[in-house]
Amino acid sequence: MIYEGKQKIWADYQKEIPEDHWYFVRSCIRQNFFPASEKYFTEITKNVLGKDIYESPHHTTCGGIAYHCDTIPQETVMTIVARQFALMTEAGYENYAASCITSFGNYIETLETWHEFPELEAKIREMLWKACRREFQKPKYVAHSSDLIYKFRNEIASRARFRLVNKETGEPLRVVEHIGCHYNKMFPSKGVGGAEYPYVLCGMIESWGGQIIDYPERRHCCGYGFRQYHVQANRGYSFSNTHKKFESMEPYKPDMIITNCPGCPYFLDRWQYVTAETEGKTYGDKPGFGIPVFTYEEVAGLVLGYNPWDLGLQMHQIAVEPLLDKIGIPYDPASKYLGVNKKDLGKPVLPGCITCF
Amino acid sequence: MNLNLYEELCKDYRFREGLHTCINCGTCTAICPAAEFYRYDPRKILDTVQRKDNDAIEALLKSDTIWYCGECMSCLTRCPRKNGAGLVIMALRSLSARLGYFVNSEKGRQLYPLTKALTGNILNYGYCVYPRTFDWEKHKESGPVYKWHLEHLEDDMERLGANFEGEGPGVLRRIPQKDLDEIRAIFDVTGGTERIETVNRCSAEKAAEMGMTMDEYEAYTFSHNSGCHTND
Repeated sequence: MIYEGKQKIWADYQKEIPEDHWYFVRSCIRQNFFPASEKYFTEITKNVLGKDIYESPHHTTCGGIAYHCDTIPQETVMTIVARQFALMTEAGYENYAASCITSFGNYIETLETWHEFPELEAKIREMLWKACRREFQKPKYVAHSSDLIYKFRNEIASRARFRLVNKETGEPLRVVEHIGCHYNKMFPSKGVGGAEYPYVLCGMIESWGGQIIDYPERRHCCGYGFRQYHVQANRGYSFSNTHKKFESMEPYKPDMIITNCPGCPYFLDRWQYVTAETEGKTYGDKPGFGIPVFTYEEVAGLVLGYNPWDLGLQMHQIAVEPLLDKIGIPYDPASKYLGVNKKDLGKPVLPGCITCF
Repeated sequence: MNLNLYEELCKDYRFREGLHTCINCGTCTAICPAAEFYRYDPRKILDTVQRKDNDAIEALLKSDTIWYCGECMSCLTRCPRKNGAGLVIMALRSLSARLGYFVNSEKGRQLYPLTKALTGNILNYGYCVYPRTFDWEKHKESGPVYKWHLEHLEDDMERLGANFEGEGPGVLRRIPQKDLDEIRAIFDVTGGTERIETVNRCSAEKAAEMGMTMDEYEAYTFSHNSGCHTND
């Protein structure tokens, strides 16, 4: 790969992301599995960067997972989306930021379908009025929350206490980036860098000192597959796809993985654990450990110097401590699993197949 | 059955958008993660619906084949003519659910546990996934760390800065009943409730035919894999 050439091509796929005043909607998966990431999205954007980020307590799921598991009709999911837009309109916002990639794809699909078929938009407006007595304006701009962190990546870098650099060697950390499929595969023009050269995470990695790894299955799906995970009998599909990615990235010896999708960090983390349990195999440069997988807020939080346990890194099954040690980020092993006010919550059982702390 | 299935499919916007200029080149199959894992070929599915043969489409709607797709939508990116096999699949699944054909296949019958779990979470809590209904025994891949998290749910959610089941905004806040009532009204008005009722009715009939209670049917369809679906 001629890396400089790719950088030039990436530059052609930029999109104008508004500076401020965002209506924020949450992710079902992230709230369950990475609750601290959403907390730190608002912490960083509001309190570090000083942005206006508003959340209505009345918003709900967008219904995207149920829609892609084929359990609700298109009209149902679109009317739930229309209700979310109505809440945004009532709050006086025009810029819409979704924490979830499935939601982001769902909102874009809805808006693009309405653009192609205005009669469907009219039908959904009628349905929303009949069900909820609500009306809405369409957002002027729909972003994924990673777009905002990307936009302000250099400001974050300017405030950083740590960089994605190996403190012993001085070399940049080798970082795999994984983009959620519905960020850019359905509507490439809506994602930073499009589908061919997605730059939303690459920009963060470069800005924060890391080195991007290119590998053959870089754009392959993590394997969520909606019904292929939510039904136990189908999970071989999900596992096989993640396994394929890890086999492909293994020779490139990544230090860490950064993701922007709710499900991807969960699958890339947990299926490594299952690989160790079932095959006795681990990935990464330290035998027996695995490659730690992060959300973009977790990485932003680490470079800004937040406590790793405040960022929720104890929720990972793959140990993060080797990566923290590489960067030189301090942490207190004894407080990893403590609750508020140091309440003793016990500790998880440590699996024998992979090293955890 | 006098219903013209192709015409029914054409009423679905996703079908029209996904198929309209397909030349059956097979690029969708080449990129498809599901085609690599399952005995699945989206090009053949598009070929079948393009032939407009009612019997062939009915057989497709009753088959396992349409349930193999993971809806990652990689096919949309790669299609040289801006179609999407994944969109066609969504329309086929929707019609299979509406007509009750889904109970004729092992993978189709999984619609029952999926519908119960996901629409139950949406209507009862306002979320697609909710920790109170997340059964760790059915998700052991979530690891011992998530088991520990669920055992200390309130304390750990507080530690992680969530507003778990609290008032106002924040992570996993309690969604007010008035908002849940609006979501239920949306289901009633848009066909969501009717879809749930159809899935429940057809599944109950199939469970009776298989000699199972609904609990047994749910557990069976959630976990049973006959092992005949994947590539060698």
